Amino acid sequence: MSRLNAGNEMLAREIIARYPLPKSALIPLLHLAQEQDGHITNDAMEHLAELVGVTPAEVLGTCSFYEMFKLAPTGRYLVNICGTMSCQLLGADELLHHAEHVLGVAVGGTTDDGRFTLEKAECQAACTEAPCLQVNYRHEYRVTPSDFDRLVADLRSGARDIPEHGTLSRVRQHIPANRSVGAVPPQQVTGPPEWLPTEEAK
Amino acid sequence: MSPAGTALPHAPGFIANDTPRIVTSRFEYEDSYTLERYLATGGYEGIRAALGRPPAEVHGEVRDATVLGRGGAGFPAGVKWGFMPPNVWPRYLVVNGDESEPGTYKDRLLMERDPHQLIEGCLIACYAVGLSRCFLYIRGEMALAQERVAKALNDAYAAGYVGRNVLGSGFSVDIVLHWGAGAYVVGEETALIESLEGNRGMPRLKPPYFPAAIGLYGKPTIVNNVETLANLPWILNNGAAAYKAIGTETSPGTRMVAVSGHVERPGVYEIINGTTTFRDLLYNDEYCGGIRGGRALKAFVPGGGSAPWFTPDQLDLPFEGSQIGPQGSMLGSGAVMVMDETTDIPKAALSLTRFYAHESCGKCVPCREGGTWLERILSRVVDGNGTRRDLDLLLEVGASICPGDFPHASNERLGLSASPFPYQMTTICFVGPSAFAPVHSALTLFPEEFEARVRDDDPSDDASTDRPKGVPVELKGLTHGG
Repeated sequence: MSRLNAGNEMLAREIIARYPLPKSALIPLLHLAQEQDGHITNDAMEHLAELVGVTPAEVLGTCSFYEMFKLAPTGRYLVNICGTMSCQLLGADELLHHAEHVLGVAVGGTTDDGRFTLEKAECQAACTEAPCLQVNYRHEYRVTPSDFDRLVADLRSGARDIPEHGTLSRVRQHIPANRSVGAVPPQQVTGPPEWLPTEEAK
Repeated sequence: MSPAGTALPHAPGFIANDTPRIVTSRFEYEDSYTLERYLATGGYEGIRAALGRPPAEVHGEVRDATVLGRGGAGFPAGVKWGFMPPNVWPRYLVVNGDESEPGTYKDRLLMERDPHQLIEGCLIACYAVGLSRCFLYIRGEMALAQERVAKALNDAYAAGYVGRNVLGSGFSVDIVLHWGAGAYVVGEETALIESLEGNRGMPRLKPPYFPAAIGLYGKPTIVNNVETLANLPWILNNGAAAYKAIGTETSPGTRMVAVSGHVERPGVYEIINGTTTFRDLLYNDEYCGGIRGGRALKAFVPGGGSAPWFTPDQLDLPFEGSQIGPQGSMLGSGAVMVMDETTDIPKAALSLTRFYAHESCGKCVPCREGGTWLERILSRVVDGNGTRRDLDLLLEVGASICPGDFPHASNERLGLSASPFPYQMTTICFVGPSAFAPVHSALTLFPEEFEARVRDDDPSDDASTDRPKGVPVELKGLTHGG
């Protein structure tokens, strides 16, 4: 499918400029590609390889290590139900079973209308609010089966303000040019920061 | 201040109490994450105070305060900073916001509820150790934390708190927001650095044990946990002596602890370090208010999913690492998971072992294979398809990850004395041993629950286990070290 569009390519260049070495930008750029297309395409990986100066295989190598990057389309909403200890102690198995029943798909499956993909997830750092789940990486706490039914109905009707899969933060960091210290490749840095008092620069 | 024991609706999970509040002081406010609220409540005064002093003195203040790292290992931040080799440039600070240890829920709250406090902590650390580039690595699955920190950084840059010439002092530093994509192992600091270099997030070979000498791009790098850095503004405002006046000499200040599982009021609490006991935390009305429904406590995990388990025998131990280690566990990342008398122990252990097996990066064979086998064998025991031999096999596979004595608590009921933390390991990082810890704890402390679950082996059936072919097997008894 698609390479980054012109607007996203500009964003990509801005992100790359924050790092001393361009490859460091790879994970944020993969997120950007996933935000654009909903998943990671081969064309996008080739484009990112050009942008950061590595081979497409290296991009795939990084991409395939991380669970959040999907190499095939998912539903509009990725529903991750936590199954680690604190949630397991308080009904995660039952919640997952209920979710499979309500959505009509097994774990890993996507509903026929392309709206939901159901996943069993590991600890989501909301252990005091068990059982918990995430929809596109936004938390829902102490979820009962009826809470789950309501959540699904709200997502179907568009009553929830949750961006579609691929979008994480809706706020982007922007470093104003006149405020930026700037990233320099490490091999070009030969001394301490200029603000450091000479007697301390050792 | 909210009355003791108040749950705050805008800070899900957090429960306010009467403990001195060092890192959660703004959580009362619904707009605690805004620059306006931060400035109205003493924000950015700590960096202002720091900038009026030479960097070495600021470093000294933090070293004197003995801020123990809150990520898991508990190593003092000021000492860690001192491992930077002299006159090697550039230096980097990487903030570990990849919180994902099972049971742990505090760094996310700190990033969502008070991002400016974290940014100010980063500024103080960068100034103290003389560096101009900081990367703030937030876990991928935390969309709200990413939004709040991104907004806070944008506001702080615009207002002159971050970037070139901070507060007109000449001090200049960029703080770059970075975010991950789903991998527990990246919380290990050398894996975090690999990930920040754009690679697969696999831990690096050790030594060197600290990336202070050889870190990001092979340059001196400090990796600090979010909560660790969040303490710094308070220390610069109030001084190391005031910090050390709270808690104990070796574990000063406060720490955040998430208590989850079968308690009346699961929540994230800021507690006094060193003196608060597990009994205080689990039973006092100010904190969790007892086990749910007045039931009996069966076991608890004292320091995140990687930590060997405790039983009621250990309730009177305080949050003091030097006392927990000899008793067979660790305080880790400030996460207590509580199991009441109704808990199915093998199943609970499986929920943790499955986590670590799933999160193995695959670099070290004992973890990649051992974790997977532990999960498979334990699964069939939980499902009622295991045999007595499987229980020995679990310990045997575990011994290939952690040879020798594995730490465990003492237990009066079983007549066990404690075996101290830590363990030996055949892997680079703690993911592999962590897959074994719950299995070992559950088998050692609750052998009868496993015995009741398995059937006797059929002596004529050599294939009754999925034992890997060609691996020499020496059967061991259930008793630890047997």
